[in-house]
Amino acid sequence: MTTHVELRRGAYHDSVSLLQVSRTVAGAPQVEAAQVAMATELNLEVLRGMGFDVPHDAGPNDLVVALRVTDDAAVSSGIAAVDDALRALAAPSGGTGTDDEVPPGTLGSAVRRAGAGLALVSVPGAHAVTETYDAIAAGASVMLFSDNVSVADEVALKDAAEAADVLVMGPDCGTALVGGVALGFANVVAAGPVGIVAASGTGAQQAMCLLDAAGVGVSHCLGVGGRDLKAAVGGRSTRQALRALADDPATEWVLVVSKPPDAAVLDEVRAEADALGLRVHWSTLGAGRPDLTAAVEDALRAEGSSVPDWPAAQADPDEQSLTRGPSLRGLFCGGTLAEEALLLAADALGPVASNLGHEPALGPGLTDPGHVVVDFGADELTRGRAHPMIDPTLRTARIADEAADPTCGVLLLDLVLGHGAHPDPAGELADAVRAARATAHSDGRALPVVVSLTGTDADPQGRERCSDALVAAGASVFLSNAAAARHALAELGAAR
Amino acid sequence: MTAPLHGLLTADPVVATSGVALFADALRDQAVPVTEVGWRPPMPGTEADLARVMADPRREAANATALARMTSAEAVLVDVAPASEALGLERGTFLHAGPPIGWDRASGPLRGALVGAVLLEGLADTPEEAERRLAAGEFDLEPCHHRGAVGPMAGVVSPSMWVYVLRDDVHGNTSWCSLNEGLGKVLRYGAYGPEVVDRLRWMGAVLGPILRQAVRSTGPVDVRAIIAQMLQMGDEGHNRNRAGSLMLLRELLPGMITADAPSSDVGEAVRFSGANEHFFLNLGMPACKLATRAAEGIPGSTVVTTMARNGTDFGIRVSGTGDAWFTGPANTPEGLFLGDYGPDDANPDIGDSAITETGGIGGFAMAAAPAIVRFVGGDVPFALRATRRMYELTVGEHPLFQVPVLGFRGTPVGIDVTKVVRTGELPQINTGMAGRVAGTGQVGAGLVTPPAECFPAALAALAAAVPR
Repeated sequence: MTTHVELRRGAYHDSVSLLQVSRTVAGAPQVEAAQVAMATELNLEVLRGMGFDVPHDAGPNDLVVALRVTDDAAVSSGIAAVDDALRALAAPSGGTGTDDEVPPGTLGSAVRRAGAGLALVSVPGAHAVTETYDAIAAGASVMLFSDNVSVADEVALKDAAEAADVLVMGPDCGTALVGGVALGFANVVAAGPVGIVAASGTGAQQAMCLLDAAGVGVSHCLGVGGRDLKAAVGGRSTRQALRALADDPATEWVLVVSKPPDAAVLDEVRAEADALGLRVHWSTLGAGRPDLTAAVEDALRAEGSSVPDWPAAQADPDEQSLTRGPSLRGLFCGGTLAEEALLLAADALGPVASNLGHEPALGPGLTDPGHVVVDFGADELTRGRAHPMIDPTLRTARIADEAADPTCGVLLLDLVLGHGAHPDPAGELADAVRAARATAHSDGRALPVVVSLTGTDADPQGRERCSDALVAAGASVFLSNAAAARHALAELGAAR
Repeated sequence: MTAPLHGLLTADPVVATSGVALFADALRDQAVPVTEVGWRPPMPGTEADLARVMADPRREAANATALARMTSAEAVLVDVAPASEALGLERGTFLHAGPPIGWDRASGPLRGALVGAVLLEGLADTPEEAERRLAAGEFDLEPCHHRGAVGPMAGVVSPSMWVYVLRDDVHGNTSWCSLNEGLGKVLRYGAYGPEVVDRLRWMGAVLGPILRQAVRSTGPVDVRAIIAQMLQMGDEGHNRNRAGSLMLLRELLPGMITADAPSSDVGEAVRFSGANEHFFLNLGMPACKLATRAAEGIPGSTVVTTMARNGTDFGIRVSGTGDAWFTGPANTPEGLFLGDYGPDDANPDIGDSAITETGGIGGFAMAAAPAIVRFVGGDVPFALRATRRMYELTVGEHPLFQVPVLGFRGTPVGIDVTKVVRTGELPQINTGMAGRVAGTGQVGAGLVTPPAECFPAALAALAAAVPR
């Protein structure tokens, strides 16, 4: 067995493309392991964890190629596989293929050339502000997927956008649905009367899927960024979004999905919505407030729609003879879903350690013998890596770790389907669940697994198909994230 | 009232993307028209400066003003006169191309040209003496650009040399440029032998006065109109000036042949001018200087107003940062060589002639001059691509300077520092190559780019100038 590590300076590719390259190369003959990634600190740590020695002077603009192959002779074929896979990325789309065609060099150029009304920015955070100003100046609204944008920059961008009568959706906006088109991570839902304004990506996806299950369609889902309703940002994008939805013939009422807004901002936004004659319902996730599912149910009833039984499928229980660990382990890809689970769990269990900015905070290893909720989509876990909804590697590894940990009493997981997400996430997760339960059972322990599955049957992955695969692997599956969390707490004997 | 957000919620979405390719693919899967940027990180260490400059609320309007001024500047040849008279150039002062430089760091061709000019002015009897006095700092060296003038290659101008005088009455500016000496062993390429100095004496005594009479008798010549026409006749105005030179001669000929001078002198002046296929370059350059000069000093503008080289350093100046130079070591051009010369004989990039690219012609108009590839290397698609690439670096298109093969699209004009830094693409310059050793002359022609570091340095100064 031979390892080969090389650094290619200044060779940039985005993390999702490199994920594809790594997978392709890992599947090549004589290659046992392959990781091709930008040399961010996080990725270097992962590489070291895989047993590769990485040059000390590697920086985030350098590409690392790390291969473990059967023997010395296989190194060159492994590198050739890397080069082939990188070359396959190189062909830029959008050109007409004539010999003197030049692709747009900047986002502003692309917007002007295409007459685009919307720009989608997903470059690394340090560069996102520049791209967004460029798009605004070219006259396009922006879905700003990138995170790591400062509040001051966010405010200035939103002021520039308002002056140009365009909308900044973001930063850190994972989900949008505009004119029937899904941007970023978004589910396929029927068209309908509900306009969603979302300061939360997976929260918006959960709301869209619940509405869809209730037979109520969505006109648009406009992301505004997680901080938009905080005092510092003052609801700048929310107000623009509400004005646009009030003018939109397809939209009859609006659901705002957000963390608890600043009280003064909420008053202003409410007053503005009233003045517009717009019916707005609020789903503001926070301690002592209704969970997302309850908020959607309230809105449905208020609008005269009926509330269905939310889809749920329970696995056969583990045998009574097996012992049970004491602690909840919630491992999430969606930030808002993790937040909601944390709120419900802390209410029932007392302190739950997390990386969600609440006390108690998890340490660097993100482990604790007590109750734990981890958001694998957090900024610090996605630098130079694709979001776990695309690349679940880190969470999958953690599921295996928890299975071997006798303090783990129940695994609470989420899985989010739709455009932008992993093409077959349930297959991979079902394998991990099956393996985890087998590990626990072989140690004489029960390991109930509960999955919050956000999706619709029209999604490319198909919600029912995914649910069946997970139930077959031994997981209980819920559309409502709150219901999933409550079921997990019941498994611990802690439900209220 | 129009729909809010420019009709975002009612129009069929057309999307541009920058970043993760997967999201563009997901849109294509939904049959949405997508234009994808091949995004790469900007030049290293520029993120914060870029964000600051992009956020400058003055930027868009300032760049629009720069473009409007640049493309509305006139360029009319109004006179031909000795530099002492036209520029008030003092005896013992020598202008040169590029950013400021002293004798100690001057390259071979610049030194050679300075030696030749000192001999021409009678300030030394031998090249050795000229060199000694130059090295001792007895003369003042100053960039042409600091006086609003431009000079090709070494760009050395001394008081007794004659210059063209061009006016832009729209913005009230004047620019000047020396008379072209032809090709081969010439002062601007660093040659200073007796034939070089003799030719310069003849140009001052015979050619200059005849051209002055011609300009004064047949009236001002609209140089900008000639540039617009030559681009439609296969010239790009930097390394290919054939059509422009003939059109200029056509304008001047009636006045030259009726000039008050011996017929043998008139004949020689006409023959000399007609034989020189770069006769027009020395008018195209000050015309572009007038354009870029009109765009100088606009607070918040990120448009480049000067690109110039002295054979050692390449320097740029930017509208929003006024007179400050941002320099880096000049690159050596790549291209085709004359005779037995090869890459080792070439001096690093030299001359004020990159003002043509700064003004939207030269390398930026290469698509208009596909025949140039025979002279500078490359193939015809390369020439087309060169111009197309430059649209990605500029703030606009020139309304008068058009490229027939691109459907009469205006040439790319107004290099934007932010776009250079963001894309990592550098302005394309077509150029002649001077010999490395003083006295050699021209050794070839080819393509060159500025050193990248000029642009992050200019960007940092622009960022520092954004009001807090």
